[in-house]
Formats: sequence, structure tokens, C-alpha cells
Amino acid sequence: MDIAKEKFRHVGKDNEKGELITRKSDSFWKDVWRRLSGNKAAMFSLVFLVLLLIMAIVGPMMTPQSYNVNDLMNTNQSPGKEHWFGTDSLGRELWDRVWIGARVSIAIGFMAAIFQTIIGLIIGGIAGFYGGRLDMFIMRFIDVMISIPYLIFVILIMVIMGSGIVPIVIAIALTGWLEMARLVRGQIMQLKNEEFIISAVSLGAGSLRLIFKHLIPNTLGVVIVSLTVAIPNAIFAEAFLSFIGIGIKPPMTSWGQLADIGMQVMQVYPYQLLIPAVFISLTMLALQLFGDGLRDALDPKLRK
Amino acid sequence: MENENKKVLEVEDLRISFDTYAGEVQAIRGISFDVKEGEVVAIVGESGSGKSVTSQGIMKLLPTPPARYKSGAIRLEGKDITGYNRKQMEKLKGSKMAMIFQDPMTSLNPTMKVGRQIAEGLKKHTNLSKDKIHSRVIELLTMVGIPDPDDRANRYPHEFSGGMRQRVMIAIALACEPKLLIADEPTTALDVTIQAQILKLMDKLNEETGTSIILITHDLGVVAKMADRIIVMYAGKPVETGNKHDIFYNPKHPYTWGLLGALPRVDTDKKEPLKSISGTPPDLISPPKGCAFANRCEHAMEVCLEHDPAMQEYGEGHTAACWLHHPNAKEYLDQIMEKHSFGVGGEKYANQNAGG
Amino acid sequence: MRTKMLEVEGLKKHFHLSGGGVLKAVDDVSFYVYEGETLGIVGESGCGKSTTGRAVKGIYGITEGKVTFNGKNITSMNKRERKQFARDAQMIFQDPYSSLNPRMTVGELIGEGIDIHGLMRGKKKVKRIYELLDLVGLNKEHINRFPHEFSGGQRQRIGIARALAVDPKFIVCDEPISALDVSIQAQVINLLEDLQREFQLTYLFIAHDLSMVRHISDRVGVMYLGKLIEMASTEELFTNPMHPYTKALISAIPVPDPIQEEKRETIYLKGDLPSPMNVPSGCPFRNRCPIATKECAEEVPAFEEKTDGHRVACIHV
Repeated sequence: MDIAKEKFRHVGKDNEKGELITRKSDSFWKDVWRRLSGNKAAMFSLVFLVLLLIMAIVGPMMTPQSYNVNDLMNTNQSPGKEHWFGTDSLGRELWDRVWIGARVSIAIGFMAAIFQTIIGLIIGGIAGFYGGRLDMFIMRFIDVMISIPYLIFVILIMVIMGSGIVPIVIAIALTGWLEMARLVRGQIMQLKNEEFIISAVSLGAGSLRLIFKHLIPNTLGVVIVSLTVAIPNAIFAEAFLSFIGIGIKPPMTSWGQLADIGMQVMQVYPYQLLIPAVFISLTMLALQLFGDGLRDALDPKLRK
Repeated sequence: MENENKKVLEVEDLRISFDTYAGEVQAIRGISFDVKEGEVVAIVGESGSGKSVTSQGIMKLLPTPPARYKSGAIRLEGKDITGYNRKQMEKLKGSKMAMIFQDPMTSLNPTMKVGRQIAEGLKKHTNLSKDKIHSRVIELLTMVGIPDPDDRANRYPHEFSGGMRQRVMIAIALACEPKLLIADEPTTALDVTIQAQILKLMDKLNEETGTSIILITHDLGVVAKMADRIIVMYAGKPVETGNKHDIFYNPKHPYTWGLLGALPRVDTDKKEPLKSISGTPPDLISPPKGCAFANRCEHAMEVCLEHDPAMQEYGEGHTAACWLHHPNAKEYLDQIMEKHSFGVGGEKYANQNAGG
Repeated sequence: MRTKMLEVEGLKKHFHLSGGGVLKAVDDVSFYVYEGETLGIVGESGCGKSTTGRAVKGIYGITEGKVTFNGKNITSMNKRERKQFARDAQMIFQDPYSSLNPRMTVGELIGEGIDIHGLMRGKKKVKRIYELLDLVGLNKEHINRFPHEFSGGQRQRIGIARALAVDPKFIVCDEPISALDVSIQAQVINLLEDLQREFQLTYLFIAHDLSMVRHISDRVGVMYLGKLIEMASTEELFTNPMHPYTKALISAIPVPDPIQEEKRETIYLKGDLPSPMNVPSGCPFRNRCPIATKECAEEVPAFEEKTDGHRVACIHV
């Protein structure tokens, strides 16, 4: 090659460039979002869930009828132009009832899941962080609780507190936190042996700093994933309770209760069962897929 | 180096990239070399230099995607195996070429007795009878220095220590007498006293069976002990190749100078500071336009930042890619050669040459 | 006379395993570190060198024995003394990938010690972090990046800056270079040496790489299965090793010099390292030792001074 001689002037090393990082900086959560947004199923689910949420808010306002007003002139009307989702045996607009039911189901799902997460995070965190006898005591207690059939537990609570949204949330959360506590404890135990925790201890970090700066931020991923799994579980639990008749009482409604009523007329008016059943299934599916996507996005092994 | 001309493996201008979200990582940016019969070729480099990708690329162990073969030819005993599919490679692996890894535990099946794992390859690639296979398994275990082989063949991998597992891996690799053994950091996970045993074993096997070895390592001590020929890689490319004496006593590339200068010695007492190479290797998503080492090179010239130097020959089999040896840079090169001695124990080499 | 900054007497650290066994990770180890020196501790995996480092830093409780730092017993310090000790004694870890909290930025990581010990805040703190980044050879704009964006060597330097932020006097370097590339190892070692000179630091340098230990240490101790088996000044230990294990260890390291390598004689040890769960009676090394005799099984050899400052635990020396 022919290269001019002055190009051979000595310039030496370039310290700045030698340490340069050329890739652009991404925080952990940005990185997670990048991977999540690449997951088609998770993104479809997210869109579905957002639409569902919007419809739960505006849906009932789109028709002149109300979810709890009987119209005995128009009972059991099939879905069509007049009545988008048809009407039930008391002539109530199913369209309105489905969205009102969505509000109830989603609210219960979220609240129950959040409550059980908070309880599980605190108790599991304490067990994992302090370890020793306290940990053993808490874990044995959880073992005993888990061995009690969950339905007995829920029915007991419902008997004591009566039916309604609040007792259902409490009943679901009080049984759901057990798994969460186990999970969090396992995470904390594992993290406690990580070098960065030892490094913080060695710097003289106190318990509060360890918990809030080091342990919780690093368990958050796992917790969020199990939260997204807990929501559909809670929705399903509510649907099940309402379906067997110990959940939400009319005229208030939920998807489970709609399905229960639809069951009774299933052979004559199948749409009354089909519509709430489809909503329950699709929502469960969407939440599961989104949860899966989130787990993959958070998995540090895929991180590069 | 008895069979001088018989080449077991030839690699020509191999280029492999990985497609990631951030762009194309050019892990190997063109490497050519060959391995002759009975020869030990060491590929030295730091993490990210492409030495492991090269070996996995030859063995077709890289998942595609994200890996992508951009160009190049791989020939095994003269036969082009570049386009071989998985099934064809499966046939070659074990019979013609084999590989051992840094962590033997991940490449051994934990639920299968060691003897059966060694026998598997024999069943697949030979049509020996059951008894013959068994006696061959015992022979192999004895050869790699596992005491009480009859008993050991009936044990599971977790009952072996790290060093013993690596011996088992070597026995599996050598079961069908491959022409070529690729050893990817075979002793990195082992303690030094165990490393010494394994290196001795590999040396013995190379001599006795004539199997060629590609030794991938970052440890220049291991290289000095084992290698016939050395390829020094940096940022996905070889920067210098040569025999032991070329590389250790007469290195041409500043990166090789840096590597040798950065090593403390266990056998001498030199208290002077180590000559470190500052900075970090470049990100191969956007490899620099010129020489990849220029940003960390004390002797970088303007030309280095603009043009990537080509491999030049400096003696038989001794090549390096560096602008310092261009005639236009002679003045500067003479200056620095006067001031420093590069390589290890330069004076010893001179004595040896004069004496021998 | 030189002051002893750290004194370790009869240190034992046993772990009770869930299966019921006892792992004697460190078993009766005594040594001291002079102010301003580097004491190297070498040994193979499972010899207890890292456990020793952590026990000395007060990360684990001690099973038996006494660790004294600047004249104070670290297990009987009051709250204020403990905090001061947490500041004076720092640690650098082996794995630069797991020793930095992945959710914190470089600035937060380096500033953590400053926050914990309430040294400075606001602009002053930021200025100090910039100083520290510069000291370890990193750029200012790295302050807002996350650990995963850095290479191993850069991360290790972040770890060093993190330890330096609180002006320590003593640093336990727990295999700080074994996860790094050769050229990067030299960077980190040179940096540690520069910092030692600049801030009069005392190091306990734990490693399995004998050549690096020879380079950086003033004195060296060799550990085998939880026990110190030889200790001497670096020069003495490498030129005149007495314990058969030390001899084998030194000879087993290949030298990056082909001609010398060919001339050197390697002592090959029999078999593998025994599990630390199952240490042989008497001398722990006897079942691999080329010169072992019947007597070696009888009692644990005393760790005695054979020549001036050169201590060895072997009855045949």
C-alpha cells in the first residue's frame, strides 16, 4: 500500500478512547422494556388489557340503559343491533353488565394481588433477612397454612365477614400471600450470599440500607412477575366464588356471577354464558402471556 | 513436526458475526491458519478476542442465529466442511475431531455412568463388539491416568473431582482417535497442581497418539510449555503468529509486547512495575477503522488510526500485522528498539543462539 | 520496630453444614500484618484463604481465636469502634460481575461509603466521586452508567474506587485479579501499588496466582486445607521454599519463557486435593506429599520458625 510518510507520525495511545464505552447507556428498566416490546404475544396482551381497562371505564356509558335496571319487556334478547350483547332474564343490558363486571373483577384481581404481594414481601423479607429461628417459625407457619385447603379458608372468611368486594379481596389475599412469602424469602436468602451484599455489609451498611437499597430493588423483578400471575389467579378465584354463589351478590355483578346466571339458561340462551366466559378466558390468557413476557424480559441470563 | 506438510485443518478467512439487538457484533473479523499433523497450535488472547468463537465456529457449536458465518472456508484433511449440516458434523465430531471445555461438569451427563459416556462415541462411530468397547473404555481410562478404571467406569461424574472429570473428558474426546483435539481453556478452572497433571497428560497424548491439538488459552505460561505454534488474537483477528521463539523472544506486534510485559514471573525476582496495557479492548459492534489496538498502543501512529495493517511475514511462519514495521516507520521503530527490549529474556535467547 | 496493624491468633472458622458435617474452612491460623506492607496469602481452591480474609474483615462470626485491628479486638468493639473499623478496613472482591449491585449507577456505588459514613454531601460528594473515578482511570461520564456496561477490568476499578471512597487504612484484596484478563491484571495490580504508595495502605492480598503474589507482596503465607503451612518474606519463600507443598506449587506454574520452562523441573503431586470436609489426620498434606512418612499421620505439625522469619509446618524440615 502506498501511504504518505507523514502519516507515520507517532501519536501514542489515547487514554480517553481506550476507556470509551460506545454503546448507549440503558438503565435496567429500559432494557427490560426493550426486550418486552420485542415479545409479540406480550405486547398483544398488553394492548388487549389496556383496551379492556378503557372499556371497563367507558363501556357502560355507551348505552342509554343501565346495568341494574330491569326491563321486563326486553328479556333474553339475543345480541344484535338493539342490544349489543343481548339482555338477561330480567331484561338488563348484558353489555353494561359485562363492563361493570369487568370493573369488579379487575378491581378485585388487582387489589387482592397487591395486598398479597405486600404481605408476602414483608413476611418473606423478614424471614429471609433475619433467618435463624424466626425464619424457621415463619416458614413452618406457612407450611401449615398451605396445607389447609384454600376453599375452606375462604368460605370461613366469607361466612364471618359476609359477601361483597372487600371480604373477597381479604379472603383471596390472606390465602395468596403464602406462596409470595416463600418466593421472596428464597430470593432474599440467595441475594444475601451475593458479593455485592457482602460488599455493602463490609462498607458498614445498616439493615435499612441493605433492605431498601440492595435487597428490594434486586427482588423487584421476580415480585413483579409473580404479581402479574397473582392477578389472573385472583380474578379466577373471584369468578369461581361468585360462580358457586358465595361471591358478589346481585344486582352488583362480576364475570363469575354473570357466568353463573348464564349457566342456568345455557341451553336456551348460550350467549349469556358464552360472553362472560370468553372475557374471563381472554383476560386470563392475556395476563398469563404478559406475565410470561415480563419474566423473560427480566431474566438476567438473557441479559447481554 | 515429523509430517511437515500434512495439514489436518485449514481455516481460511473465517468471519463470524453475532446479530444482537444493538447491532452486528463482529466476533471474528478474518482468521486464517492451519494445523499440521501432530502439531500443538495455541490460540492466545483475552476474553472477547474471538479465540473461543474461532474454536466453536470450527466445531459448528455456535447457535445460528444469533451467530452468522459471513465468509471463510474450513477444511479438515483437505475436505471442505464449511457447509456441513448438523448431521454431517455429528459424524465428524468424535471420530475426526473432538473438543474439551473449560468446565467438564457442564459437558458431562450427570445421570450417566462415566464408562457409558466414553462408550457412546465408540458405539456411534465404530462397529466394535460390546466386549471390545468395554476393554477400550478401560484402556482409555488407564491412558488418561484414572486409577482403578474398572471401578471408576461404573461411577457418575459427580463422584469425580475437577481434575478427574477433565481426564474423563479427554478420554471421551480421544475415544475414536480423532485427528484433531480442540481444547478450550482446558485447565483454567483447575488448581495449578492439577493443571500441571493435565498438561503433562495432554503432552503425553500428543506425543503418543499424534493427535493435533488446538489449545485455546489466555495463559502464556501454558503456551510456553505446550505450543509448537502460536496465534495471538486481538479484537477478532490474529495480530501475530509464529513459533514459540518468535513470539516469546522476538515479538513484532506491540500487543504481544504488552502481553509479555504484563506478566509477573514466579521464577525471577523483578520488582519493577508491570508494563500494563491501559484501556479496554474495543467493542466489536463498531470496530475501529484502523488497527483495533491503536487506541491502547503506546506506539500508535496516525496511519494506525486510519488503515488496518495487513499481515506481513518476518520469517518462516512468523507474521504480524503492524504499521511499525513499514519502511516509512523505520526511524521510529529503530528508536524504540534501541531503548527497550521486547519479549522475555531477550539476552537468554541470544546466548542460546550463539551457543547452539 | 514496625507496628502490627492486624494480628490474627488461632483463628478458626467452622461451618456447620445442613447435612450435619462440619467444614473446617479455617483451622487454627495465626499471622500478623505490619502497617504499610502487603501480606500475600496463596493456596488452591478450598484452602480457606478467602474465608480467612472475610473473617478478618468481620463479615463472618469467628468460631475461635482472636483478630486484633490496631490494638482492638474486632469481636468486642462497641458500636462506634465497629463503624470506624468498617471504614478503616475495606475489601475488594474477586468477581467484578457480582460484587457491584446491578441496579445502582457507578456514582451511587462509589458514593455509597461516603453516604454510610456521612462524610460529605451534594456537590462536594460529586466532586469527590469524580476525583475517585479519575484516580482509578475512568472517565467522568461513566458516573451515570450501570455496572453491566463495563468490562471486567473497569468494574474492578469501580470496586476499588468504592473501597477508596472512605479513606481506608487496610484493604483485604480477595482474589482481585483472578477473574481478569492478563493485560487488565497488570493494570489493576499497578493501580493497587500506586494507591498503596500514595495513601500508605496496608494490604492483605489473597490469590491463587503465585507469580502475581510474588510481584506484589512483601511477605507471603501459603495455606493448605484450612492451615497456614509456610510463611516467609517473599524473596525467601520463592528462592528457598521449605515445605514440600510450597515447592510443588511453585514448580507447577508454567513460566512464560519457553527455554526456561523446558529447563524447570515440575514436581507432580499425587492425586487430588482432599475435600475440606475430610482432612487427613496429622499433616493435612501427607497423602499427596512426596516425602511423607508414618510419623506425618500422627500429629499436626507445629507451625514453627525454622530460620529468621521463615515459619514452616512440616516435621521433615
